[in-house]
Amino acid sequence: MSLVLRGGRIIDSGGERILDVEIGEDGLIAAVGTGLTGDVNLDASGCVVSPGFVDLHAHLREPGLEEAETIQTGARGGSLGGYTALVAMPNTDPTTDCVAVVEQVRSLGRRSTCEIIPTAAMTLRRDGVDMAPMGELVDAGVGIFTDDGTGLQDPRLMRRIMEYSTGLGRRLGRPVVLAQHCEVAALSAGGYMHEGEWSSRLGIPGQPAEAEELMVMRDIALVRMTGAHLHFQHLSTASSVAMVRGAKAAGLPVTAEATTHHFILTDAACASYDPVFKVHPPLRTDVDVRAIREGLADGTIDAIATDHAPHAPHTKEMPFDQAPAGMLGLETAFSLALGDSGLDLPEVLALLSWRPAAIAGVADRHGVPVVPGAPANLCVVDPDETWTVSGAAMASLSSNTPYEGRTLRGRVRHTIRAGEPVVVDGEARR
Amino acid sequence: MSAVIDRRADNDRGRHLLGIGGMDRSDLEEILDLTDTFAEIGRRPIPKVPALRGRTVATVFFEGSTRTRMSFEVAARRLSADTVAFNAGTSSLSKGESIRDTVEVIAAYGADLLVVRHSMAGTAHRVAGWTDLSVVNAGDGCHEHPTQALLDCYTLRERRGSLDGMRIAIIGDVRHSRVARSNVLAFTALGAEVVLVAPATLLPPAIEGWPVTVVHELDPILGDLDAVYLLRIQGERITEGLIPSLREYASDFCLTAGRVARMRSDALVLHPGPTNRGVEISAEAATDQRSVILDQVVNGVSVRMAVLFLLLGSGRQLGAVDAGDSVEGDR
Repeated sequence: MSLVLRGGRIIDSGGERILDVEIGEDGLIAAVGTGLTGDVNLDASGCVVSPGFVDLHAHLREPGLEEAETIQTGARGGSLGGYTALVAMPNTDPTTDCVAVVEQVRSLGRRSTCEIIPTAAMTLRRDGVDMAPMGELVDAGVGIFTDDGTGLQDPRLMRRIMEYSTGLGRRLGRPVVLAQHCEVAALSAGGYMHEGEWSSRLGIPGQPAEAEELMVMRDIALVRMTGAHLHFQHLSTASSVAMVRGAKAAGLPVTAEATTHHFILTDAACASYDPVFKVHPPLRTDVDVRAIREGLADGTIDAIATDHAPHAPHTKEMPFDQAPAGMLGLETAFSLALGDSGLDLPEVLALLSWRPAAIAGVADRHGVPVVPGAPANLCVVDPDETWTVSGAAMASLSSNTPYEGRTLRGRVRHTIRAGEPVVVDGEARR
Repeated sequence: MSAVIDRRADNDRGRHLLGIGGMDRSDLEEILDLTDTFAEIGRRPIPKVPALRGRTVATVFFEGSTRTRMSFEVAARRLSADTVAFNAGTSSLSKGESIRDTVEVIAAYGADLLVVRHSMAGTAHRVAGWTDLSVVNAGDGCHEHPTQALLDCYTLRERRGSLDGMRIAIIGDVRHSRVARSNVLAFTALGAEVVLVAPATLLPPAIEGWPVTVVHELDPILGDLDAVYLLRIQGERITEGLIPSLREYASDFCLTAGRVARMRSDALVLHPGPTNRGVEISAEAATDQRSVILDQVVNGVSVRMAVLFLLLGSGRQLGAVDAGDSVEGDR
């Protein structure tokens, strides 16, 4: 059964054109042209056809925290948000630090509506002490290692892991990526929001920006020393952006992501004392928000990530210190990136699709130009449709969105994953 | 951003006193004026009136406290309200119940007003958003302790007639003090000048915009002050690396007999209690004729009677509930 997306404006890394897209039963794009008709025809007129989005940073909570999210529900939310691939963080229970858990995540992923790309922890149990079996994990196809949720504190161990990773690239077929959550724990300990004017007024202990910046600085130095590819997760401060900009100018192999909330929300939101605004790294200041947007615009930051972090409702009905950090992101990222980043649509699509696809090592099948023979991982977005955010209406098992009640512009209409229409007219098919 | 410390809740369903932030001079003066009435009741042979008969005040303390809880209970009973007490230590919280569930259960017992204390900033505000009952913040982490500020203002006003033009030093661990945050707002709203005196590590990380001046040495300003407000120093500030030792702190900041003697004869000494004798205040200074520490305790009951009466007896909203509001009228 063939599928045709009709009348959409295609935007990919090759440019723009208005053409129909025919997708064959083999899950590949069969034809791109005019006047195409298939067994099933989806209207894309007035819409944009893009390679599907790739999230470099999703917490899918399975195995172990299925109360908050499962791979199936997380992927469904991803599909509704236009994603065709999600990079799954390893802070599961048990930790994704061995081949068995990687295979479990991948196996669950195969039954979901996105390609699930497992990451593995750099250290066993993410405890920052013992190196995970990186060679075995690379042989199992893992290309990204991260202790996300915490930064790897010990500079000596970080150096060793960087060095070790450079010897694994040939087995993987591309450089191994180490993704760091930059936070010097000794400096951030006991803090629950950004340390600054707001934390001082609100009486909530803060985490200084320097807790992030010191580790960004350290890791840039270690990249210079070792040549490892380091990916900076969720940059949140102006100085972090500036340091990464300098590292790139010096030709170092570093990449970076920013989340939607770090270029939209500020620490002022914590004045509600609602832990829905509690996130790591914390929401920063207006100055930082502007710097993140500049970093996205000038290419310092390679990708927009979600840091989608579902938490069961009762865990957020707690005092600010006791509630877990994190917010939902998959279903709102495209609209927020389009409406609030200051970037135009082609730039937004690049930051959501083909640039993160390259970092994730899936550029052969995601973020690929829309041409015959390419895998049909696509989304169709309406840049003008408005909708109102409702946590309860989301596919996620959790509802901790900080944008509840906001009306956003730009909506995902259809998502095609390996040729299958998994979202049609904004509704998930499975 | 405005200089005031905000105090807010999720909604305006109940009538609350959550903080001094958002209250203006007339709001504060209304409570202080009403306190005169209740102070008079406290001086009667039988200090009890039926104003809140049949109403129930629940003290919901997620953090240990003896004095504040007793003060609220005495205030409630003088108004003929019933009191019930919730203690976090012996409750189902230790069994993993969410704080929202806890609050809803207490409400179901028929309480009319919750007096809430918690070790984390904002918890009273969150509780106010979850219940239709009135909520009084009896201390939320390092944020606010509004009835303490009201009783302090009442005590100063009782001695001086007005806070206008007074120069008041708040000395000690401002960083971790809800009393300091509430008093900065209350003292300045009532026309006083506030000087914060502390080592740099015991000040909030960013206080640009606060209506205060900051100094790190006490001795040079001691003779120019109308009042000193001493904050409690806790031993854990040393293990946190904020000060080298209590001895060094005391050497620089303790109100000793020698220092109190250098203060003006009509200056006042306040402390929210309990005092650490020899750390922030010496025994001689605490009992000096300038000390009004016991007056503060007595006035605490009167102020809390006024607050409970305003919230339960008159249906008044005390101060603003939402961000940006200054004063709310009747609701």
